[in-house]
Amino acid sequence: MADYKINADSFTKAHIEKEASEHISTPSLTFTQDAFRRLKRNKVAMVALWILIIMILLSVLSIWISPHNPDTQHLKWNNLPPKIANFNIPGFNGHGLYQGAETDVYKASGVPNNIWFALGTDSLGRDILSRILVGTRVSLFVAFMATLFDLTIGILYGIVSGWNGGIVDNILQRIIEIISSIPNLVVVILMLLVFKPGLTSIIVAIAFTGWVTMARLIRAQTLQLRDQEFVLAAKTLGESPWKIALHHLIPNLSSTIIIQTMFTIPTAIFFEAFLSYIGIGIPAPTASLGTLLSDGQKNFRFLPYQMVYPAIVISVLMLAFNLLADGLRDAFDPRSAR
Amino acid sequence: MADEKKEVLVSVKHLEQFFNPGKKDEVRAIQDISFDIYKGETLGLVGESGSGKTTTGRAIIRLYKPTNGEILFNGTDIAKLRNGSKDMQEFRRETQMIFQDPYASLNPRMKVKDIIAEGIDIHHLAKDNADRDAQVANLLELVGLNPDHATRYPHEFSGGQRQRIGIARALAVQPQFIIADEPISALDVSIQAQVVNLLKEIQEQRNLTYLFIAHDLSMVKYISDRIAVMHYGRLVELSTADEVYNHPLHPYTQSLLSAIPIPDPEVERRRRPVEYDASIEEDGQKRTMVEITPGHFVFAAESEIEGYKAKAASYK
Repeated sequence: MADYKINADSFTKAHIEKEASEHISTPSLTFTQDAFRRLKRNKVAMVALWILIIMILLSVLSIWISPHNPDTQHLKWNNLPPKIANFNIPGFNGHGLYQGAETDVYKASGVPNNIWFALGTDSLGRDILSRILVGTRVSLFVAFMATLFDLTIGILYGIVSGWNGGIVDNILQRIIEIISSIPNLVVVILMLLVFKPGLTSIIVAIAFTGWVTMARLIRAQTLQLRDQEFVLAAKTLGESPWKIALHHLIPNLSSTIIIQTMFTIPTAIFFEAFLSYIGIGIPAPTASLGTLLSDGQKNFRFLPYQMVYPAIVISVLMLAFNLLADGLRDAFDPRSAR
Repeated sequence: MADEKKEVLVSVKHLEQFFNPGKKDEVRAIQDISFDIYKGETLGLVGESGSGKTTTGRAIIRLYKPTNGEILFNGTDIAKLRNGSKDMQEFRRETQMIFQDPYASLNPRMKVKDIIAEGIDIHHLAKDNADRDAQVANLLELVGLNPDHATRYPHEFSGGQRQRIGIARALAVQPQFIIADEPISALDVSIQAQVVNLLKEIQEQRNLTYLFIAHDLSMVKYISDRIAVMHYGRLVELSTADEVYNHPLHPYTQSLLSAIPIPDPEVERRRRPVEYDASIEEDGQKRTMVEITPGHFVFAAESEIEGYKAKAASYK
């Protein structure tokens, strides 16, 4: 090996530009973009999201395109089992119990060959599929209203309480404690003294109590945020409290808000279904998932399809919302995952 | 500093800040402190953790409502102003703060551009959007950052860069007076020097007045013209940086100075920190700030003045 001498000439000065050392090479992602990138990686949540999108689309579209009128009664065609066109799919071929014997119920009831009910009919001859679509729409509407109250009363109440602190906070928190100590069911029953049973009383009940959890979470977070230095900086710049809430608090509360909303929705849906099921919710003839379950349950032993399909829909709906909520929580709050 | 006719910018008189006054958990964070800050100077405020340095800064900038006392800024009493009033907004523009934690002081959901321009928007200092962008670009350049980074989010920057963004935000409203609340204590040593030098440069360019709060004595000596020492919510000594550093009179200041590590192992091994016994203040004597030598104030009781004067004479 040849000797290699190292001397001063062997070196050249490295030149590092100041600009280069300050360069940031990662793409600029906003927090929301980053959260959705994480959400997209979560397969379960994405499936739940698509199921929800499809369910929402179908139930909204059914206002204009519905297989049958959900309220039209065909008294002679009652309790028909599910049948899809004239394909002979087991479970959907129109066969079932008719006057104690297993036959083609459609033929026995004298239904014309071109008329079929994909999920059968109920005891008054109404199309169950159409009624499920209406019921889903009612459930989603209740969910939407619950979200609305969460986003308005809940956030405002929480921010006002947390921001002001002291005596204001004390009074507002005592009010929350009083409200949340009254069971929802009692509120609804009391509502029935004033309103007729129906969507109004359910929504008023949700408006009365539904936002409490949101308000509590927002208050706790606001208490933390208001002493953060960036909020103090905004104060020293002379920003008004409302603008601070808008520019500094709400963007930093957004993950809590989204996550809590997603957990409120299934609770509201279930609350409506429960009230309708026990008979103080949506009155007949309007369908809701709760009334469908309640009606179907009466004939469950002989005509199980009348209860099974609404049950599947409400279960899938609740499951999808819960799974999406989980996914969103992991996406918006990476530290809480695992 | 020898110039006696310096213009007073901020004058704090008998300032007191209590939290939860009158309750069981009352905290007397600041007890009756008075000092002046002259135009164009840097006043360093030092003291141990919990001595009320940060509270003093925040009371002066009116993040808190002072319990008692006056804060005169250019002759106006800031302590009595109502939040949101016109005079208050004017004061908010003239006085700015640089915060301690560069990670907590920038809103993670806002772009750097909007963080810096926040004050410009509040005080309507930009004619239009182009002017706003130009001002932000200038500020970024002033603090040594690349103006192309204006559309980035704070989490993409390092601690030192974030602190520069914080400085740019404070400068955006063209203030006269800046309170720097331990602006370097969250940074590592190599970055500390950069940030302190940047603050000094900007002070010269824009003729700013600083209240520099810190607990790192060597850094405070480097940047400050005068130093005030705080202990238990009280000022114990106030003089020029050299005087406090070389001729400390109050035993607490001596204790603080003796705690500075010396980067020479031989000397460091022999260094003996002087313990300060705070109980000597609890002898029931009334103490006030007394001028021992010209411009050198010490928190002392009548009976102690002679002792301090003798000590001051012994340094000569």
